[in-house]
Formats: sequence, C-alpha cells, structure tokens
Amino acid sequence: MAVKHWALKKSLWVYHVNTGACNNCDIEVLDLLTPRFDIERFGMILVGSPRHADVLAVTGTCTRQAMPRLQELYRQAAKPVVVLAIGSCAGAQGIFTEAYHMGSPVDETIRAVDPNAIIAYVPGCPPKPEAMIAAVVKAWDVIDTL
Amino acid sequence: MSEVAIPREVQVPLEGFVGEVLGALGDAVIGVERCDERRGFARIDPQRTVEVARRMLAMAGTRLATATGIDVRDGIDVLYHWCIEPQGVVVTLKVLAAGPEMTVDSIAPVVPAANWIEREMHDLLGANFRGHPDMRRLILDDSWPEGVYPLRKDFDQVRDRPPLPPAPPAPEEALP
Amino acid sequence: MSHKTMINIGPFHPLQEEAEFFQLYVDGERVVDVDVRISYNHRGIEKLDESKTFDQVPFVVERVCGICSASHPLAYVQAVEDIAHVQVPERALYLRTIVNELERIHSHLLWVGLAGHFLGYNTVFMWAWKYREPILDALEVATGSRVNYANCKIGGVRRDMTDEQLKEIDRLATESYGPVEMLTKAVIDDPVLHARLKNVGVLSKADARAYGATGPTGRGSGLPIDVRRDDPYAAYDRIDWQVHYEESGDVFAKAKVRLLETLEAVKIIQRAVRAIPGGEIDAKVQNIPPGEAVGHVEAPRGETFHYVRSDGSNYPVRHKVRAPSFNNIPTFKASCIGQEIADVAITLASVDPCYSCTERMCAAVDAESGRRMFDFAQLVKLSQEKTQRLRRQL
Repeated sequence: MAVKHWALKKSLWVYHVNTGACNNCDIEVLDLLTPRFDIERFGMILVGSPRHADVLAVTGTCTRQAMPRLQELYRQAAKPVVVLAIGSCAGAQGIFTEAYHMGSPVDETIRAVDPNAIIAYVPGCPPKPEAMIAAVVKAWDVIDTL
Repeated sequence: MSEVAIPREVQVPLEGFVGEVLGALGDAVIGVERCDERRGFARIDPQRTVEVARRMLAMAGTRLATATGIDVRDGIDVLYHWCIEPQGVVVTLKVLAAGPEMTVDSIAPVVPAANWIEREMHDLLGANFRGHPDMRRLILDDSWPEGVYPLRKDFDQVRDRPPLPPAPPAPEEALP
Repeated sequence: MSHKTMINIGPFHPLQEEAEFFQLYVDGERVVDVDVRISYNHRGIEKLDESKTFDQVPFVVERVCGICSASHPLAYVQAVEDIAHVQVPERALYLRTIVNELERIHSHLLWVGLAGHFLGYNTVFMWAWKYREPILDALEVATGSRVNYANCKIGGVRRDMTDEQLKEIDRLATESYGPVEMLTKAVIDDPVLHARLKNVGVLSKADARAYGATGPTGRGSGLPIDVRRDDPYAAYDRIDWQVHYEESGDVFAKAKVRLLETLEAVKIIQRAVRAIPGGEIDAKVQNIPPGEAVGHVEAPRGETFHYVRSDGSNYPVRHKVRAPSFNNIPTFKASCIGQEIADVAITLASVDPCYSCTERMCAAVDAESGRRMFDFAQLVKLSQEKTQRLRRQL
C-alpha cells in the first residue's frame, strides 16, 4: 500500500454532488453530520471543493445538464478518489430511467473520463444513513487493496 | 378568433362565487365548461388574454398559481390557474395558442408570476408568447436541440431522445 | 465610477433542490440584479407520468422533491379524486393529515438548522437536526420509511395505523414540543438575530402577490393564505388550528412564521391522533372517467399545485406539477436587490428552496477586474463574520 493510500485512510474528506436528486439522499447525507450519526468522529467531514475531496458522494439521476459538470468535478478531484453512488437513482437512474432528460448513469458518466474509477454503490431510495456509513467502511477495504 | 375550431365547447350556468368571478370578465369569456362551488373552468378570447389577466389580478385576493400547456389537435392549449383566497377557489382560464406559430399574448408584463411558467411552456411545448420580456431557455439543458419539444404528443421519451453531448475535452496535463 | 461585478452562485450549491445557477450583479457590496438558470434537476417527470398508470403516478411524484414527498402525491390524488368524484373515508383523511404535519415539522426544523448554519450559529444547526430525528422516527413508525412515505393512493391511504403506532406518534410529537418552543423563544429574543434578520430581504405584500409567492414566503409578507384553511382538504376543517402570518416581509418574519407553524403542527397531530375515527381507509376506485381537475396542497414550502387531465384510459393525458419553489424563487428579484452580499445567503435561504446539499457551491468570476474566486463557502463565511461583528457590538 502506497503512502498516499495509507494517508488517505486516516480521514476521508467528502464532497457532495447532487446531479438531479430529489433531495432525500441529500438530506440523509447531511444527517450524517448531525448528532445522532456524527460521522466526524470517524474523521470524515464534508468539504466545499472537489479539490479537497477523497470521496465524491454522488446523488441523483445524472441529468443531461448535470452530466458534463459531474465529469468536470471528477477531473478536479485529487486522485485516488472513491465515488459513492448514493441511492437508486445514482446506481441505475431508478424510476427515472425512461425520462427524456436523463444523461448516462453516474457510473458510465464517470467511466467515460476515467475507466478505472473506484465506484461504490449504496442502494436504497433513499439509503439509510447507517448504509452510507457502511459504504464508506467498504471503501476503506478497497483502498487497502490498492 | 372564430375561424379556429375549439374542441368540445360547453356552456354551463354561472353560479355562486365562481360564477361572479367569471361573470365579472364579461364577454371575454367565450365558453364555460365547469362552474361549481370551488372550481371553475372557462375559455377566454385569445385576443383579450392580457386584458383578462389585468382584470383578474385587480380582483381581491387573487394570485396566479401557475399555468399548464397541453398539446391538443389545434395547437397548444394554455391554461392559467388563478387561486382566489380566502374563498379557496381555483379558476382555470383556457386560451388556445393556434396557427402555425402557436402564439398567444404574454401576460408576464402584467403578472410577474407568469414569467417563468411561460418560459417553461416555450421550452417544453414550443408555444410562443408575444411580448414576453425574457424568453431565454429555462428548463432544458444547454445541449438540447432547438425545435424538439418533449411534451408534445408526437415526442416519444425513449425513442426520440436527442443524442447526449460528448464528454468535455480533457484539460491540459497538470504540472508535475 | 462604479462598475458591475458578476458573482456566480452555483450550479452545484447548497440552496436549491433543483441545483440552480444564480448570477448576482453587484456594485461594491450592493446587489443590483439577480439572474437564475435552472435545468440541472429537470428529469421530465411530467412526460414520465404520461407513461404510468394512475396508480403508479404517486410513486413518481413523491420523488419530485424528497422533503415534500407527502404533499405531492396528496395533491395529485386529490385532483384524480375530483375527476372520479370519489368520497374518501374519514379515517383516511385523518391519516393523511398526520403524515403531512409530521412532514411539516421535519421540513421546518431542517430549515431552522440550515438557516442557523448560514448565520454562523452551528449550535442551532445541531440542535434543530437533533430534535428532528424523533420526528423521522415517528414517520418511520407511521409509514415504514424515514423520507419516502408511499402513503397516498387514489381513494384513501395505502396502510392503516394501529393504536400503538398512533400512540407512539403522539408521544414523539409531544416530546418535541418543548425543544421547538425553546428554539422559537431563542430566535425571537436573540438580539443578534434581530440585527441580522430584521429588515433584511424584505418582500413587500404587493410583490409577494404579483410573483405569486406561497406558503411561509407569502405569509411572512402579510398574505394570510393557507390552502389548508382556504380550500380544506384531508381533516384540516375538522380540527381546530390557526394560520400564523407576519406583516413585515423580512427574513425574521419568515423564520418566525415557520417556527410558530412547527408548534401548530404538533398541536394538529395531537388533536388528529385523539380524534381519529375508525372505519375503512380507502374507497374502492374502479376507473377514472374523462375529465380534468386541479388539486393543491399546502406543502411545508408553500402551495403544491397539480393539474390532471384524463381521457378515460388508464394513463393520464397530461399531469402538470408545480412545486412551491417555482413561484418563490423568482421573488429574489424583488427581495435581493439592494442587499449587501453578506445578507444574500440568508435571503436566498429564507424562502426555503429545499436546500439539500450544503457545501456544494461553485465559483465566481469578476467580469471586469480580472478573475476573483468567490464560492458559497465564502458567502456563508461573509455572513457568519457579519454575525460575529454584530455580536461584539451588542
């Protein structure tokens, strides 16, 4: 394991991207910061810029308008970066898959700019905050294998 | 505009508070489809849209809730939904945007609340609003082709979906 | 000589449910114009609904906005019930009321917390969200999910609640009354909040009406409109409650309206739980005849308006959805102009445009004096610094 991976594991900084979500996943992500779940005890914190981020928490269906912006955000994030596709929409566009204003799903959108991107899926509509914490723990395991 | 065939014209008696509101619009109302305790549906003269909007806003307790555009056989039906409080009444005034241009007079200069919704109907249905102050794209994304209107009945949301834009070009190599 | 500077806010930023893009035109510290571009969150739900049956549509519309996921389906089913002339059983009306009011409490507490965060009162953020958790538990007890309730169906509700469930909801709601009252008093008495919020972002009564402002945004500007009272639905005409409104139109008025409404919502839940009758929970609806109707519901943010047209088939011909923020966001043109930049964050937040994703603001460019980066974190920082300054002065 390279030094940068070892360092990455110590405290994951999360940047939150909404690519056309209905807000449910977003309020549950914010809920992680507040007293009941309090992910800051694990050294995780939401940051205001993708350039500071170790994890991109992507919610939403990835609409046409958001698609190029998501690719740009992914490029700006410092590598290695773990993408968490939170919710059914980010996983496979969920109920909106037939709608006309969809871009490509989140994973395809990101793989178009980086075929080797690390993507973890958190299913649920919306996933419970506990599931999101579990996803981050799994992301740790992935970093171990790098 | 008598040369346009307006579908399913009905005339029902004007009753109660909704009847008073529709009656106050006088002969600008050319057909009443429903008039009961809390709901009214009426068709108005397309030539007098702005005048009707001004009169509606001048009444006590009215506000424009929103508008709906519907693709019908003769053009785009534009439905302005007015709420009147505290009576809790919703009056829907219909105007047909007919002809090849599907144009109707914009009420946005008179009622600011109509500004966004008229832009939305222009985006999604291709209705045109004469005299709208700011008809830029609002709802659809920047790469959506001109002249493709997703809420038209002949648009299939899966088959007719325009191709996605390519990924933005990679930035120049980062400095070491 | 002054020059106009353009500050971009968005598109990825914490204020909007529909990731939006604001451009503020500023002259020095003063905002002179605002422009908005939406589309980032446009999913084409209205077209999607035309390919779903009448029974499937509620599951789509509750995903219009996750925070209003009880109000949107309710507005839709009310429109369809109007077309089909359905008489909804009493018990279903009360169950709808309970879920809608729980949603109002959780949404308003969410707003109070984030408004506190924007002003540099992170304690308020943590407190409000802590007191919001029991309400989410109550919703989980009532419907099985914290945020997507799948509660409404045409003709009634999908699931009944047992007496134990109702008692638990009553207990959780009653226990949150004290903390919310404490928060309300803290906000109303705080001199720093008075200095930060009074006469900030004033939306006049005439402007509120012309822009069609709804909900707490309108009620904070002296428009005493509330669909629950004016056009009663669910069980709101069977329960005793009152509408709160303020005349001043500033951010403080909107905050006060929301807090008082939260307390009122607790009272409505208590009364509904105690008065709920027994019986059926849904009317069996066979088919939807041709026709058209509108349905509207007072969501936490304002009036949610739905229009449905049926041609007698299984699928709606047209379903129009108008969320409250669609009418409330354009009021920024009236309320932001003339403000200081430091006050813009809270003014934008004051209409509660479903901000879901704090720390997602992007950059700003100065059009004339070279590139200067500004992001929402900095806007919030400016806002928080102003609070610190005022706190020292007092």
